[in-house]
Amino acid sequence: MSARKVKDNVEIYLSLLIGLVVMTFSFLIPDVFWSSANFQSIASQMPVLGVLALAMAITMLTGGINLSIIATMNACGLVMAWVATHYPPSVGSMALVLLAGLTMAIVIGSVNGFLIAVVRVSPILATLGIMTLLNGINILISRGSAISNFPDYILTINSTNLLGIPVPLLVFLAVVAVIWVILEKSAFGRTIYLIGSNEQATHYSGINTRKTIVWVYILSSMLCVVAALLMMSKLNSAKASYGESYLLVSILAAVLGGINPDGGFGKVFGMVMALILLQMLESGLNILGVSSYITMALWGGLLLAFIFLKGINLSRLFGR
Amino acid sequence: MVNKFGIKPHELFLGLTILVIGGYLSFASPDFMTFGNIYDLVNNYAMLTILACGLFIVLISGGIDISFPAMTIISQYVMVTLIQGTTGNFAIAFALSGGIGLLLGMVNAVLVNRLKVPSIIITISTLNIFYGLLLYLTKGVWLYSYPEWFEQGVMLFKFTATDGYDYGLSLQIITLIVVIALTGIIMNKTSIGRMIYAMGGNKEAASRMGFGIFKLQLFVYGYMGLMSGVAGVVQSATVLTVAPDSLLGYELTVLAAVVLGGTSIVGGRGTLLGTLLGVILLAVLQNGLNLLGISSYWHTVVTGLVIVISVSMTAWSQRKGQGV
Repeated sequence: MSARKVKDNVEIYLSLLIGLVVMTFSFLIPDVFWSSANFQSIASQMPVLGVLALAMAITMLTGGINLSIIATMNACGLVMAWVATHYPPSVGSMALVLLAGLTMAIVIGSVNGFLIAVVRVSPILATLGIMTLLNGINILISRGSAISNFPDYILTINSTNLLGIPVPLLVFLAVVAVIWVILEKSAFGRTIYLIGSNEQATHYSGINTRKTIVWVYILSSMLCVVAALLMMSKLNSAKASYGESYLLVSILAAVLGGINPDGGFGKVFGMVMALILLQMLESGLNILGVSSYITMALWGGLLLAFIFLKGINLSRLFGR
Repeated sequence: MVNKFGIKPHELFLGLTILVIGGYLSFASPDFMTFGNIYDLVNNYAMLTILACGLFIVLISGGIDISFPAMTIISQYVMVTLIQGTTGNFAIAFALSGGIGLLLGMVNAVLVNRLKVPSIIITISTLNIFYGLLLYLTKGVWLYSYPEWFEQGVMLFKFTATDGYDYGLSLQIITLIVVIALTGIIMNKTSIGRMIYAMGGNKEAASRMGFGIFKLQLFVYGYMGLMSGVAGVVQSATVLTVAPDSLLGYELTVLAAVVLGGTSIVGGRGTLLGTLLGVILLAVLQNGLNLLGISSYWHTVVTGLVIVISVSMTAWSQRKGQGV
């Protein structure tokens, strides 16, 4: 398929939808929607979901999926929480917290990657199994209760503003930038797209597809560490059952952002737009006093509408 | 395909695993091999088995449906609301609940067929829509009040065993037998079953052979919906309450049971016997851990391990002959 053929106008539709949402809310609730409180609420909601959606998206680009992201986030969160609450705050213990989280992520990512790339279990099944296993281990080691009361160096992530911008949002933007560079500017990123388009052809052209897939799942798990840190900082606790509702929402956000679930196509930019759209909608409806269940249904409806729109051939519609 | 009556290696392996675990349990726990325990086990896992039969057919067709917990609860909720204070019977309950499930399943089928994106994406959307609307409209209120005929249930060939409890063919068991027989006949004895296997094996080829893909999808997702409705009645008869948010996350448990049985997630491969063995393995494991007094914290770990090992072994044995 040529690049022209697969151009599916994701950015155009997302801009239209965002425009529609902004206009509707500006008309209905101009004072509240354009208030700094609203933007702060969006800024505090978006980072965790955003990072998780990216963790989902990079595996979807290879034609896979990672159902274990939430379990991974909680596993890394619990390990980091244990370290953080057992050692007095110092530069050394901060490093140890990060090291513990990253080690956990690399182990989990390697197991997922090994099952998918080497044993050739389908990604849905491999990550479903690992998800169940991790959920069990998380409950087992934490006895189902929360680890809380973290030292200041974790809590300040959530409470600090830099140049008037909340740090979690900056963290999210940094993650976006890193993933953008990896996907758009590196050979590794090229390989990810190639595997998603045609794994066999990529393999026969002499690229080590197994190694790439393993690294993709490790990268996905490492993003879960970032999500775990943001979550810990926001809630001041870690627990085996946090964020379960994010699993399907992160798939929804990735697909809405233009990631093709069969692999090969999708851009980071589209995903950021999708996340802004989802969070604006949630925040605006929340201000309007609309039930969060309606928001849940609307997100689902939005995804269907978006898929429907994407299927319409724009150029044919305008007779070009 | 192995011949129709032959046992596949994977099924043999599952059967042996169940025998080994069952053998160990009957040795380690005096309660396991009792009639009462097995009877309760069958009753309690009836809903899971019925849903697994539906999902089995969807997976064979090359699709996936994860919206069925929402369909189950919606059918159940509407059915219980409508039959309150009536003098009816279970035929009405099944017709109402199954009809609503069927309708919701058809909605999935239309969307999957028209929008041409992987069915997992469609059913994630409809799961959100179904659950969102249900929770909004019901405000999460539980239902407790059932008509008397529903609470009494059904019990054929009732007898009292030496342990003092009543046994017989309960509503759950009768429904379970009917569903298994129906699913088995559809998939093994009818041309529509053959077509579903063919579509899952190669959709393009099936389409060129003149199979109506849309009709097959209507059947497959409709059947999943119908099973969700039927499972709703069975679940309701067991627990006598409807909690709108009770089945959140249940889709992955059922999926685990079906793939444990060796059904391929990309379609075309798998047997009903395998699916049933997968359900039995999960049920026996969880029951066994309970009877052995092992802390419930371990249950998920063991379930996860069994899933990982089983899907790995299936994948490893099918790996030969693949290109990469």
